[in-house]
Amino acid sequence: MQRIGVFVCHCGSNIAATVDVSKVAEMALMEPGVVHAEDYQYMCSEAGQAKIADAIHEKKLTGIVVCSCSPRMHEATFRKAAERAGLNPYMVEIANIREHCSWIHKDMEEATKKAVILMRAAVAKVNLNTPLQPGESRVTKRALIIGGGIAGIQTALDIADAGYEVDIVEKTPSIGGRMSQLDKTFPTLDCSACILTPKMVEASAHEKIKIYTYSEVENVSGFVGDFTVDIRKKARSVDMDKCTGCGVCQEKCPSKKAPSEFNRGLNNRSAIYTPFAQAIPNVPVIDREACIKFKTGKCGICSKVCQAGAIDYEQKDEIITEKYGAIVVATGFDTINLDKYDEYAYSQSKDVITSLELERVMNAAGPTHGHLERLSDGKAPKEMVFIQCVGSRCSDDRGKPYCSKICCMYTAKHAMLIRDKYPDVNVTVFYIDVRTPGKNFDEFYRRAVEQYGVNYIKGQVGKVIPQPNGKLLVQGSDLLDNRQILKEADMVVLATAIEPNPDVRKIATMLTASIDTNNFLTEAHAKLRPVESPTAGIFLSGVCQGPKDIPETVAQAGAAAVKAIGLLAKDKLMTNPCTAHSDELLCNGCSTCENVCPYGAITYEDKEVNDHGIREVRRLAVVNSALCQGCGACTVACPSGAMDLQGFSNRQIIAEVDAICR
Amino acid sequence: MSIENKSFRPKIVAFCCNWCSYAGADLAGSSRLSYPADVKIIRVPCSCRVNPMFILRAFEKGADGVIMCGCHPGDCHYSTGNFYARRRMTLLFSMLDYIGVENGRTRVEWVSAAEGVKFSDTMNSFVEKIYSLGENVRLGDLRCRN
Repeated sequence: MQRIGVFVCHCGSNIAATVDVSKVAEMALMEPGVVHAEDYQYMCSEAGQAKIADAIHEKKLTGIVVCSCSPRMHEATFRKAAERAGLNPYMVEIANIREHCSWIHKDMEEATKKAVILMRAAVAKVNLNTPLQPGESRVTKRALIIGGGIAGIQTALDIADAGYEVDIVEKTPSIGGRMSQLDKTFPTLDCSACILTPKMVEASAHEKIKIYTYSEVENVSGFVGDFTVDIRKKARSVDMDKCTGCGVCQEKCPSKKAPSEFNRGLNNRSAIYTPFAQAIPNVPVIDREACIKFKTGKCGICSKVCQAGAIDYEQKDEIITEKYGAIVVATGFDTINLDKYDEYAYSQSKDVITSLELERVMNAAGPTHGHLERLSDGKAPKEMVFIQCVGSRCSDDRGKPYCSKICCMYTAKHAMLIRDKYPDVNVTVFYIDVRTPGKNFDEFYRRAVEQYGVNYIKGQVGKVIPQPNGKLLVQGSDLLDNRQILKEADMVVLATAIEPNPDVRKIATMLTASIDTNNFLTEAHAKLRPVESPTAGIFLSGVCQGPKDIPETVAQAGAAAVKAIGLLAKDKLMTNPCTAHSDELLCNGCSTCENVCPYGAITYEDKEVNDHGIREVRRLAVVNSALCQGCGACTVACPSGAMDLQGFSNRQIIAEVDAICR
Repeated sequence: MSIENKSFRPKIVAFCCNWCSYAGADLAGSSRLSYPADVKIIRVPCSCRVNPMFILRAFEKGADGVIMCGCHPGDCHYSTGNFYARRRMTLLFSMLDYIGVENGRTRVEWVSAAEGVKFSDTMNSFVEKIYSLGENVRLGDLRCRN
C-alpha cells in the first residue's frame, strides 16, 4: 500500500479564487492511501517545496500528488523536489486544477467539485505508480541547420564558434536567403548586402561549418541527441570542385528566358545560373527545365566554353546520411500569393508590385539597375502609392489574421529612400495603423513624415483600376477626414503579408515539431522557451517561429544557438523511463507490436520462460528502452495484452477513468 | 435520474495526447476560454495509447460521453500514432453505435497545441450534444448503480 501525500496549491488567487482548496485537501484525506494532505499559497515556491520535502520525510510518503497548474509547467519542478527529498521522481503525479479547472470555470462549487475529481484521478493513478529509472543516451556533437538565410547563418556561426560542427542545408543554389534580396535595411539604411555578405563568407570559410546548397532534408529519424538525417543533394550538373566561378557559361548560355527567382520574376536569367553576384558557393547550377541540352539533347555550349571542364550533364541527385545531436529550423518566409486580392490589380498591371519586388527594383543589381521606373514602359513615376496590410490583419480567409510586423517600417524606408533620391516624386501611404515599436523605429517613421514629406493617409484602399492612359486609379478612403479619395498613381506598391516558407509543413512533419494554424512553428513555451520546439532537440530560429525583422532574427538565432550548444555540450542525456515493456508470460511472439512501432524499438528473441512450472523456449518481444519513445502504440495493438507502458499503464489509466466516473 | 431531469449533469471523459491536445487544453485554460466542468481530461502520451478498453470501461462506469483528442493527422509527435487511433476509433465507435451507444456520445477531434479556441469550442459543442442525448444507460454496469 502506498503512503500518499496530496499538496493543493492556491497559486495566489489563480486557483484559490474559484476552487475551495482547503476542501480539496480535506476530501483528499478520504482517498485510499492518502496519509497527508495540505494546501499552500505557492507550492512551486521554495517554501512550498520544503513543505513537500518535510512531509515526505515525516510521513514516510511513497508517492505524492500535487494539485496545481499544468504538468507541462511544473511537473519537472515537483519531480526534482521529490528526488531531493529521496523519493523517486516518477512517484509524482500532477492534478491540473488551474488550466483545466479554476481558469475556465466561474462557479466555485462546480469548480471545487471538479478539482476534487481531478485530485481523485491523480491519487488513483499514483497508487499504481512504480519507481522508474531513466536510462542514458549519447549525444552526437554536431548540429544541423535547415535554411541558409540570415537566421541559419547566424545560428551556424554561433554554434561553430563554440567549437561544434555545424551543417547548413539550403534549398536554393546559394545561402543568403531573403536578406540578400533586400536593398537597404531599416532604421539605419545600411546596405543589406554589405552587412550580409561578410557573414556569408565567414560561414563558408569556417572550418567547423559545412554548407549543402541546392539540397533538401529528405528524412529525419531518431531523437534528441541522436538524429539521423538524409539530405538530398540535388544534381547541380556542375562539378563543385572543378568550377572556378568564371561565369563564362552563364554569358554564353543561349537559353535566357527562365524567370529569375532572385529578382522575383521581374527579369530573366540563363538556364545555367548563379542566383546573384555574391552567391556562395559561387558555382552555377543548370536549371534542367529551362536547359536546351536537357530538353532537346542538342546544345552543350556551356560544356564547350568551360575551361575547367566542370559541366557534368550526367550528375545525379545524391543522398547523404549524417548524424546530428541538435536540429535548428531556420526556414524563413515568403510573401503570400495575391491571387485572392484581385482588387489591387496585381495580376493586371506590371506597375502594381509587392514591396519585395520594389526592393529588387531599387537595387543596383536588380532588373532596372537601381533606377526607379515603371516596369510597363520604363518611365519614371511621379506619383507613388503604397498600400499597407495587404493580406495582414485580415479577418476573412483570403489573408492572414496576424500582423506581418515588418511592413510599416520597410514602407517608411521605401518612402524615405524614394523621396531622398527622387524629390519630385510624390509618395502617399494608405495605412490602417502605423506600428513602430522598436529601437529608433518611431523616430525613423516620423522622419519619413516630417523631414521627407511622405503623405500618410489613414484608410484602406478599395480598388486599384488600371486606366487606358497607363496610369492607375486608386480608390481609397480617408478615415480621419471622413471622405473618399481618388488618386491617380504611376506605381502602386503592396505591403504584402509574409507567411512561413511553404516547405515548413513538410519539415515540421519530418521533425514531429508542432506547427500552428498559420504554419508557424510552435515554441515550447510562448514566453519562457521561445526558441525551443516542444520536441526535444529541435530549435527555432527566425521567421519560421513568427514574423520578425532582421535584428530580432539575429537575436533569436543567437538564442537558438545557445540552446543547441547547451545540448551539444552534454556527453549523455537522461532518457524518458516511461517506455513500453512486455510481459513474457503473456507474449505470444506474434509481431503485431513490431509492425506498429515507429522507432524500430521492438525485436524478437528466443527466450526460455518458466510458465507456472513449465519451462520452454518461446519467441518473445523485447523492447529496446533506449529507442522506445513511449507513445504506447504497441500496447493497444498487442492482441494478448502483454505490452504495457510504464508511467501510463493500463491499470493506471483505468484507475483514472474509474475515479472520474465514480 | 431520468433523461428529462433538468438536473442531469453528464460525466464526460476526454483523452488528450500530451503533445497537442493537452497543450491545447492548457492554452484554452490560460486564455480563459470556458467550457462546462462536466469534462474531465486524462493525459495520455499519444492518442494511439487510448485502448478501446478504456472507452468501454468509461461507459461501463457510467460515462455519458467520451471524446478523444490528438494531434492533427500527419502532425503526430510519434509520426504515425494518430493514424492507428483514427482507424481504431472509427471501428470502435461504429460498434458502440450498433450496441446502442449513439455516435453522438463518442467523438474524435484533432486539436493542436496552438488551438485553444478549437479545444474550448469542441468541448462546448460536445457537452451540448451529450445534454441533448441525456444519460447513457446502455453500457452501464448495473452493479455500480444505486
